[in-house]
Amino acid sequence: MNNRIATTVMLTSALALAACQKKAPEEIPPPPIETPTPAPAPTTPAGPSVGSMEHFMQAVGQANTVVYFDTDRYNIDAEDSAKLQTQAQYFSQYPNVNFTIEGHADERGTREYNLALGERRANAAKNYLVSLGIPASRIRTISYGKERPVALGSNEAAWAQNRRAATVTIN
Amino acid sequence: MKKLIFTTLALIASPLAAQNQDLGEPIAEGQDVETIEEEEGLSGSVSFEGNLDDLGIAIPAFATDRNVATPANASGTEALGLEMARVITANLRNNGLFKPAGPDSLPRPEFANITSPVWGTWSVRGAEMLVHGYVRARSDDRLTVGCYLYDMALQQRLVAEGWVVSPADWRRAAHKCSDLIYSRLTGESPFFDSRIAYIAETGPKDNRVKRLAIMDSDGANHRFITTGRSTALTPRYSPDYKRLVYLSYVDGNPRIYVYDIGTGSQTLVTQSDNPTFAPRWSPDGRWILYSMAVGGNTDIYRVSAQGGRSERLTDTPGIDIGGSYSPDGRRIVFESDRSGAQQCYVMDADGSNQRRISFGGSRCATPEWSPRGDQIAFTNASSFNISVMSPSGGNVRTLTRGWQDEAPTWAPNGRIIQFFRTERNSGKTSLWQVDLTGENERSLPTPVDASDPAWGPILP
Repeated sequence: MNNRIATTVMLTSALALAACQKKAPEEIPPPPIETPTPAPAPTTPAGPSVGSMEHFMQAVGQANTVVYFDTDRYNIDAEDSAKLQTQAQYFSQYPNVNFTIEGHADERGTREYNLALGERRANAAKNYLVSLGIPASRIRTISYGKERPVALGSNEAAWAQNRRAATVTIN
Repeated sequence: MKKLIFTTLALIASPLAAQNQDLGEPIAEGQDVETIEEEEGLSGSVSFEGNLDDLGIAIPAFATDRNVATPANASGTEALGLEMARVITANLRNNGLFKPAGPDSLPRPEFANITSPVWGTWSVRGAEMLVHGYVRARSDDRLTVGCYLYDMALQQRLVAEGWVVSPADWRRAAHKCSDLIYSRLTGESPFFDSRIAYIAETGPKDNRVKRLAIMDSDGANHRFITTGRSTALTPRYSPDYKRLVYLSYVDGNPRIYVYDIGTGSQTLVTQSDNPTFAPRWSPDGRWILYSMAVGGNTDIYRVSAQGGRSERLTDTPGIDIGGSYSPDGRRIVFESDRSGAQQCYVMDADGSNQRRISFGGSRCATPEWSPRGDQIAFTNASSFNISVMSPSGGNVRTLTRGWQDEAPTWAPNGRIIQFFRTERNSGKTSLWQVDLTGENERSLPTPVDASDPAWGPILP
């Protein structure tokens, strides 16, 4: 990564942060859009179809589909921004692919607050992708609060895995 | 403009039935309970002056004038009288206040002795208080239930009342009798004749099924409202028990629905594409509070329970969520992280005069104003214990010590708090209750795991 890219990353990070901190309340997350994925007209042996979760994961790497947060936080750090840029490249390459960002919290929070926190995390990731040029209309957000953990223990390591925003393609 | 068109289309396209697809069969609503005056008014003051939990209360089976068939009990009114006394005994014992002797260890009084006890029968058993009652089947199928409390030392009646109930509501008569005894002996307001809405949980930690369920205050008459196909969370009974508000993912998104118990159908609390959380009723049932996230920022709104335009009550950056009205409906205590972490705030019912009340150094979450108005219960979201404080934020007391206790809800009389406890690692949840001393804590039996209890007021 050269200097110019690094600067861009920092700038966009700062932008995204600023954006989610004083986000105008009137910006309404768009409803889910059921756009049929155009057939990629495969002539080669069938792999996962464009826009499927499998295709997305193969293209960006599974680890890059999820960003993680510190306790009670929702800021996009350097590691998150690198992942989201990889995602943004994919979504730029396949402009007909719509997707959902699922926001989650760990179990060490009250249920209702965690629902709001998950929503805030999903929006932070969304705002970052929008700042990278992905149209907001392609991104749906949903919060599951602490209702859908992936790591099942009750310890710091598990909680760190559960404080996340996961990008899921709609196909 | 494009956005607007899309929203309109989405509304037309989504069939109304879709939001009902997680609902089970409607539940029969209870009938009214008619209070009748038993002959001779109440008299005398209680002779007992020691600790109530040392008080010997004898609760023999209720008598019947004639053992006849009743829809309330296949074996007839005599068996029903035994069940009545069992329900009352369990009520008084389970709340830690009394150690009553129940009908299974006592002789059964004759119908004629209900109004004139055979004192010797009970004094030899060390009883200091005596409960007598009767069940009588009426010609219209309904039941008349009488309830009498006697002071053994004074050999005097302390209080008596009777009720006419439909057979399906026989337990309500037992709860009313429990309330009569409890109130007469403690001087507190009643709470047994009430219901609880909660979330029934099953399945592994990463794939929990969460269903809306309701039950009587003692766990009886348990019913599931939703089928479990969609996740349901955070219910609240309307003060008249005709409706429930709760969160459901039935359309794929977290949304607050108003479920009508009579019709068994539900409507969205507000027409919006934004997620809505944390619904609450005003004490008079005229308003519903809900919280809505717009662009990731959550604020508290209120809407008339009849529907119509919503009004935003908070507008700070950060998460403003929940809300619980003071009993007079004038103020709302709510939760906000505007200071950087979850804290409790109070505002006027129109959203004005917002000010922080919690300064203890711990996080303050899910505040609930006591029906008596004198206390606010909340989740200490740093240590995950249930605590209480005064409405100005002083006199903080911690009442529980579970690994994770959260979501307090008050008994109708403001003397007992229910909450749910999560087990470390397994994620199993259960309902618990504790009194204001913090000493009498017990779990509430539920058919499956349970969370998000919401205790309704005394039944109308």
